[in-house]
Amino acid sequence: MAMFIVRRLAFGVSLILFATTLTFFLVHRDGIEVARTILGESATQDAVLARSEALGLDRPVVVQFLSWLGDAVRGNLGTSYFSTDSVASILVSRTPVTLSIVAGGVLLTALVSVGLGMLAAVRGGWADRSVQVLSVLGMSLPNFWVALMFVLLFAVTWQIFPATGYVSPDVSATGWLASITLPVVALALSGIAAATQQVRGAVIDLLEADFVRTLRSRGIPERSILFRHALKNAASPALTVLSLQFIGLLGGAIVIEKVFALPGLGTTAVTATIRGDVPVLLGVVAVTVVIVVVVNLVIDIVNGWVNPKVTLQ
Amino acid sequence: MPVAAPAPGPVRRSLFGLLVRNPLALTGLVVLVVLVLVAIFAGVLAPSDPIQPNLRMRNAPPGTPGAPLGGDGAGRDILSRLMYGTRLTLTGAALAILVAAVVGVPAGLVAGYRGRLFDAVASWVADVLLSVPGKVILLAVIAAFGPSVLITMSAFGVILSPHLYRLVRTQTIGVKNELYVDAATVAGLSDVRIVARHILSVVRAPIIIQSAILAGIAVIVQSGLEFLGLGDPSQVTWGSMLGNAFAVIYQAPTAMIWPGVAIGVTVASLVLLGNGLRDAVQGSTTAPRRPRRVRPTAASHAAASAASATGPDAASEALLDVRGLRVGYPRPDGDTTVVVDGVDLRLRRGEVLGLVGESGSGKTQTAFAVLGLLPRGGEVLGGSVVVNGEDIAGLSPAARRQLLRTTLAYVPQEPMSNLDPAFRVGQQLVEPLRVRGMARTAAKAKALDLLAEVGIPDPRRTFDSYPHQISGGMAQRVLIAGAISADPVLLIADEPTTALDVTVQAEVLSLLRRLQRERDMGVLLVTHNLGVVADICDTVAVMRSGRVVETAPVAELFANPQHEYTRALLDASLDDTEPRPALVPREHGAPDPRDAAGDRPSGPAAPDAPQPSTSRSVR
Repeated sequence: MAMFIVRRLAFGVSLILFATTLTFFLVHRDGIEVARTILGESATQDAVLARSEALGLDRPVVVQFLSWLGDAVRGNLGTSYFSTDSVASILVSRTPVTLSIVAGGVLLTALVSVGLGMLAAVRGGWADRSVQVLSVLGMSLPNFWVALMFVLLFAVTWQIFPATGYVSPDVSATGWLASITLPVVALALSGIAAATQQVRGAVIDLLEADFVRTLRSRGIPERSILFRHALKNAASPALTVLSLQFIGLLGGAIVIEKVFALPGLGTTAVTATIRGDVPVLLGVVAVTVVIVVVVNLVIDIVNGWVNPKVTLQ
Repeated sequence: MPVAAPAPGPVRRSLFGLLVRNPLALTGLVVLVVLVLVAIFAGVLAPSDPIQPNLRMRNAPPGTPGAPLGGDGAGRDILSRLMYGTRLTLTGAALAILVAAVVGVPAGLVAGYRGRLFDAVASWVADVLLSVPGKVILLAVIAAFGPSVLITMSAFGVILSPHLYRLVRTQTIGVKNELYVDAATVAGLSDVRIVARHILSVVRAPIIIQSAILAGIAVIVQSGLEFLGLGDPSQVTWGSMLGNAFAVIYQAPTAMIWPGVAIGVTVASLVLLGNGLRDAVQGSTTAPRRPRRVRPTAASHAAASAASATGPDAASEALLDVRGLRVGYPRPDGDTTVVVDGVDLRLRRGEVLGLVGESGSGKTQTAFAVLGLLPRGGEVLGGSVVVNGEDIAGLSPAARRQLLRTTLAYVPQEPMSNLDPAFRVGQQLVEPLRVRGMARTAAKAKALDLLAEVGIPDPRRTFDSYPHQISGGMAQRVLIAGAISADPVLLIADEPTTALDVTVQAEVLSLLRRLQRERDMGVLLVTHNLGVVADICDTVAVMRSGRVVETAPVAELFANPQHEYTRALLDASLDDTEPRPALVPREHGAPDPRDAAGDRPSGPAAPDAPQPSTSRSVR
């Protein structure tokens, strides 16, 4: 088990390095150009050169990257080009927003897809067909469009939920719940559609497994076969699906946040992309990948606990 | 479970045929073709200019003359913009899939075919790409190269490529080990030709299916980026239309509906195409391999009813009384494949009845029918199964479970796949005991006793082990312990030694014999091994093509087999016999010259002809 965790950890570190290196060299720009963007067209050439130097952009690219990496490891992600805020402080305020809706989305995906998938697999017939139709629908409709429809119906027309904005749970727990409900549901829909299919397939296969017949031959009730044996056997593949869903939802959150005007990592990244605020964009990429690595590690450990075979590998 | 690679020929030949015959896939394809036509002829079809604003049309409601779906915030015709938007949507998706295929397919072929270092590196890169949130990386690409659809979607193609890479790699590894690829290698074909001819043809269908699904994802991602304002501002796109409509949500709420419907219809057509194609391909290549089809005949019905008519008094003392049992599986074309066709079996307490026959003769299906545990789709079409005086057809599921908890038990063929891999051995023994109402500690003690009784040297250790930690022989002993834990009077053992090593086979067989004698159980032993029959059985029923052709005490059957097929079986399996004659042909119809021709009824059931006998029943 220890070896297993070390191996996963090594993969996680290589993943973080890969993503940040790739992003750094992709978005790297000439220092003069950056300084000109910040200061505007009217700035003098001297001022532009001085700003470029102050930002350390006159050094060779590799040196810039290594110094960014060195600072990043110590928690210093630099300062936004367009404000005096440190990137770290921006990320600290934005990350909880994104994590709220992504974690909610993963939880909802897990609950609904297991329920619907098992229903379709066990009942068959019309239940199965309805789930199939819903699933194609869920995969086909873009989640941000569903989010727009939610805003139109629940916020603009019926005014049940707030249309936009985020309420921190420190301020009001119910306000927080109300502010993330629509985003979470909209975000989870496509994941639910995909995961339901996978749960359904896994349960159908499991119920045809030899050991299920043997369990039945011992007079074990169907309830125990389904909720004890099938669920525990399906847990390991389901966790893998969930970890992929989590990554997908992090990406989906970018667009969903825009619809609901949530001040999360997604809106931050989009604004930084449009303005060319390289340190902020790099920071978002770094923190996103770190979140992915941590979540995957947790899922791997839970997996080792659920699936007795993993510990031996 | 290993999935057999589909044979290359049929898939290649009929991929388009399958597609057209599947209604879902066909619908998807038709919609897609319409969309492509709209994209090509948008200039002709669109009623208005998509870019020229018309101030009088600003936020016009649907149904306005000249703008059937209304006008947008700048007064441009929504319908025309939708038609033009098809162009970039389809181009972007096609580009992403093209790049994904160009990167992923060759890499998957090489990794799967060659393996080694390339495989290790490529698989690592694929894992990395799958673990990074793709949209975040796309933002970096847009920041670097500006809002160009072509560059963004090419980059997205690279992000999607691991899906195709993994698919192709897995399939290639599967095909590489097929014998016909070995043969091609031996025949001196170059690697390139082998890959092109034998491997690409197999992976083609899965690639197309996966590509359709990925194209749907590409459409959604592209429109999402355009909605965020990260698309090409000079182009008409569905995503940017949604963004514009969102800005005027209070003035013209319906304007948000149309681009979403367009995206939904496009993605749905791709998903349906992919799903339909997958169903069609899987349906044609992994159809369940059932025992071959046996046509029910009038003769067999007659035989079944005749058998049912003989002596009801015989039934009263029988532990197991099977009469005229017929089992079938419905087929997609509405017909039924009959796998057990009028089987009669009788078994007394303390008797061991061997049920022998070759693969596909219906012996295991008979055993499952007796247990009431036929695989999905299987059903008892006729006849009766009476266990210990109770007709199981009339029992509720609960009563049937009760029967399994007290009277009837099952020992399976494949020990490793018949233990639940997620639970410890002990838990699997304790659960049935607990279900029967035993207290936790008593159940644990009994489980340990049972493990000792079936000859497991260290019961406590095995109790705490997971199935993958014990050997096949041990696992079979555990399963036997589970079977006898109910103190059954009737044990159904389905090829209990087939999957074991030869030395272990003998041990397990002698264990079964000992338990049978000590507990005076009736045992129905399904096997194809006549050595096992000779070793343990009192009586033998020989099955062929879903019917019992001969039933006799074991010594008599070996000494003087009456039925042609029994003789053929004996000749084929005994080591000290004369050179063997060919096995009796399995197909009914053409009379075999060695058959005693005189006294059998006409019709296709000929080889099952009854032959006169006094001491036994031969049908």
